[in-house]
Amino acid sequence: MTLLKHRLFWPVAALVTLVVVNVIANPNFAKVTMRDGDLYGNPVTILRESAPLMLVALGMTLVIATRGIDLSVGAVMAVSGAVSLTIIADSPDPGSLGTVTVAIVVAVLVALVLGAWNGFLVSVLGIQPIIATLVLMLAGRGVALLITGGAITTVTSAPYKFLSNGYLILLPVAFFIWVAVVAIVALVERRTALGMLTESVGINPEASRLAGVRSRGIIWAAYMVSGLLAGVAGIINASNTMAADSNNAGYLIELYAILAVVLGGTSLMGGKFSIAGTVIGVLTVTTLDKTIQFFGVPPAQSPVFFAVVVVIVVLVQSPRVHAWGRAASARMRRTPSSGEPPTGPGAASAAKKHEEVAA
Amino acid sequence: MTDRGGAAGAHPRAAAPAAGAQMPGPMPCQDGPVSEAQALVQIAGATVRFGAFTALDGVDFRMFPGEVHSLMGENGAGKSTLIKALTGALALDEGTVVIGGSERRFGGPRDAQDAGVSTVYQEVDLLENLSVAENIFLGREPRRWGVIDHRTMRRDAAAVLSGLGLDVDPASPLGRYPLAVQQLVAIARAISTDVRVLVLDEPTSSLDLDEVAELFRVIRELKERGVAILFVSHFLDQVYEMSDRITVLRDGQLVGEYLTTELLRIDLVKKMLGRDVAEIAPREHVVEPEMPADPVLSARGLTRTPGIANADVDIAEGEVLGVAGLLGSGRTELARALTGVDRAHAGIIRIEGQPARLDSPRHAMNLGVVYSSENRRTEGLIGDLSIEDNIVLALQAQQGALHPISAPRRRELALSWIEALGIKPADPDRPVRTLSGGNQQKVMLARLLALSPRVIVLDEPTRGIDVGAKVEIQRLVGELADNGLSVVFISAELEEVLRVGDRVAILREGEVAETVAAASLNPDTLMALVAQPDLPEA
Repeated sequence: MTLLKHRLFWPVAALVTLVVVNVIANPNFAKVTMRDGDLYGNPVTILRESAPLMLVALGMTLVIATRGIDLSVGAVMAVSGAVSLTIIADSPDPGSLGTVTVAIVVAVLVALVLGAWNGFLVSVLGIQPIIATLVLMLAGRGVALLITGGAITTVTSAPYKFLSNGYLILLPVAFFIWVAVVAIVALVERRTALGMLTESVGINPEASRLAGVRSRGIIWAAYMVSGLLAGVAGIINASNTMAADSNNAGYLIELYAILAVVLGGTSLMGGKFSIAGTVIGVLTVTTLDKTIQFFGVPPAQSPVFFAVVVVIVVLVQSPRVHAWGRAASARMRRTPSSGEPPTGPGAASAAKKHEEVAA
Repeated sequence: MTDRGGAAGAHPRAAAPAAGAQMPGPMPCQDGPVSEAQALVQIAGATVRFGAFTALDGVDFRMFPGEVHSLMGENGAGKSTLIKALTGALALDEGTVVIGGSERRFGGPRDAQDAGVSTVYQEVDLLENLSVAENIFLGREPRRWGVIDHRTMRRDAAAVLSGLGLDVDPASPLGRYPLAVQQLVAIARAISTDVRVLVLDEPTSSLDLDEVAELFRVIRELKERGVAILFVSHFLDQVYEMSDRITVLRDGQLVGEYLTTELLRIDLVKKMLGRDVAEIAPREHVVEPEMPADPVLSARGLTRTPGIANADVDIAEGEVLGVAGLLGSGRTELARALTGVDRAHAGIIRIEGQPARLDSPRHAMNLGVVYSSENRRTEGLIGDLSIEDNIVLALQAQQGALHPISAPRRRELALSWIEALGIKPADPDRPVRTLSGGNQQKVMLARLLALSPRVIVLDEPTRGIDVGAKVEIQRLVGELADNGLSVVFISAELEEVLRVGDRVAILREGEVAETVAAASLNPDTLMALVAQPDLPEA
């Protein structure tokens, strides 16, 4: 019962169910093989390909916690990929570690600036987050196209390629990158007071102001982190294809990131957030993506399939649906023993009562 | 709370003590003009459980047409639960609700409305961005050819509003009007339906004296029309002025139903608390009742329009400055300008003699001046965060996000404040929204006191909390002042201001009209000072 009440129970249950269904349908889904001292197979691919969405969703979690939303992350990814690959392409020595380091640092800094721009619009000018970040969502890809001169820049650079395609100990580099970033963000949020103050601002901005919280800085920081992480995601994404495709890099990733955050149990209303929940949400989304491949769903139908599964997962996690479930099972138990007609109103208000106690 | 002097009750009261009070169980017939058969509302054996907690335990309750019935009890006594059962917001686990002779099973508030039960809640639950007329007819808009007939709606709304004697433009957005007017609009909404039972849950908590009088006029009119009115208020004066009958609940159980004229005020309080109230001695007032020579905090010509104009205030170390004034006299505005919540447009504030420009609450906090808002829920607590988080919030914000208070230190701080202020439940991890009003107020106090302030400005710290917690807060304020803290204590309850304050600043129309030693006043003289803007200036 206490397990059931844990806030991560339903997100984890959804992910586990998804994996189990896949494995039953096709045992190859979980197959992992060892080649040249590295692990390969579908689960490893999921961990690797999760990286860009993981980073973006992590930033999105913090932004959503402040009652905001960041629609520009996909465009920021495109800009960051374009900046890094253009620097590499224009350098005399694309394969050197120095060039790649410069390219990455500059791209990440550009992404940070873009995040700061979003944060400025939201926290200083007070523009609604959805509009403020829409600006960059629309303009960002144009900026990326300007940087690449309208072409899809492709490069050959072993160190850069290593980021997404290389292996460290047994597992892909990209996996270690996101694990490290998750750890850092979790540490910073929970070991400093940033996490609590972010939640405080998200739950009640005015009360936070009266308590002396510098909400402007907190909100600004969230958008900067989101921009920064989107920049890193853009680099990993570009490293995967070794091409800066400004129109398609990170396309619609903002929506998948929001989905992953919500699947992880963080409310779009802001406030309490869960980094672990977001990690699980991202793995769920990526696994679902792979499920579509394994089930051989034709590309034309895959969005519908994806949507149906998302609806099911969301329903399974909904507190209201849980309440209905409890009420229904209570009715089942009561009816045969007492012979009384089921008490409709009482059952239907079970959820409501639950809230009353909390209030 | 104690009797505000036996003479304060405006209406005649039978001298008979509570011996004539009825006890729970089958209720005998009244001697009065009503009999059992005529009961409009008859609730029997009402029981509501939340898990292991029984909020309402076999309560009987009845209302008659054309009566004002007060429901009394401390927070947690089951008042809200009983009201929700009556208004369809909650279903009973056991027991029956009979209205107008037939048993009802409400699936929701809508069913209750159809049965003629309307409610006005303590917190105005209307939509500020819609017009007054739209709010009044929300969900039952007059229609013409399938679309909303705005003209008819405005006309009908105007009729309802003028029936209440309200000068409100039905076409204006509701948010343009002050809270007090919004409350009256909520009442207009309730009575614009075909209402037989009207539930008023703390309807007067944000109204000033004139508005209360206006509301009472309306209530009497509805009474004439035969409406049964359930009146819930923690203002005992108003309960005694308005109600014919009082039902007292305690810990989810019925204590009894009484005729107002037969229940002495002190007996009512005893029944609500279930114990004898120790007579709270007024605080020993600081000897120096005059303007202090070296104030901790002083303001000259403090102005912020609208709200306060040219207000002068001085607060000495270790004194409680009570602030009394009508709604709209600038009580809250003064508090907010003194604490940097709102920037003053003109005037000068000195803290220990040093001029200070307070342009944010954060700034004021750093200078040792802190503010507790009258709106605990919207401007005070962070509901979803724990008691511990809420207590350390301001201290943490002051240190900055990157200088965290360590986990053991946080816990230590939280536990010590929980103990010092008697916060219940004493569980630092409990979300603060699950606490009762009184305990929430204590959490607010703990948060501010953790900053070791020099001046604390408390705006309505006892509003909407039960009698026991109220007394505790009042006592606490006295102790804090005895320890050298300067307290500004704002309250609409004059008796409370007098009990807690050493001096009382009387606000009229945004100005501090005068500051008087509390010891030289009684509620009646203070009332006169507060209520008469035309009093010749000294």
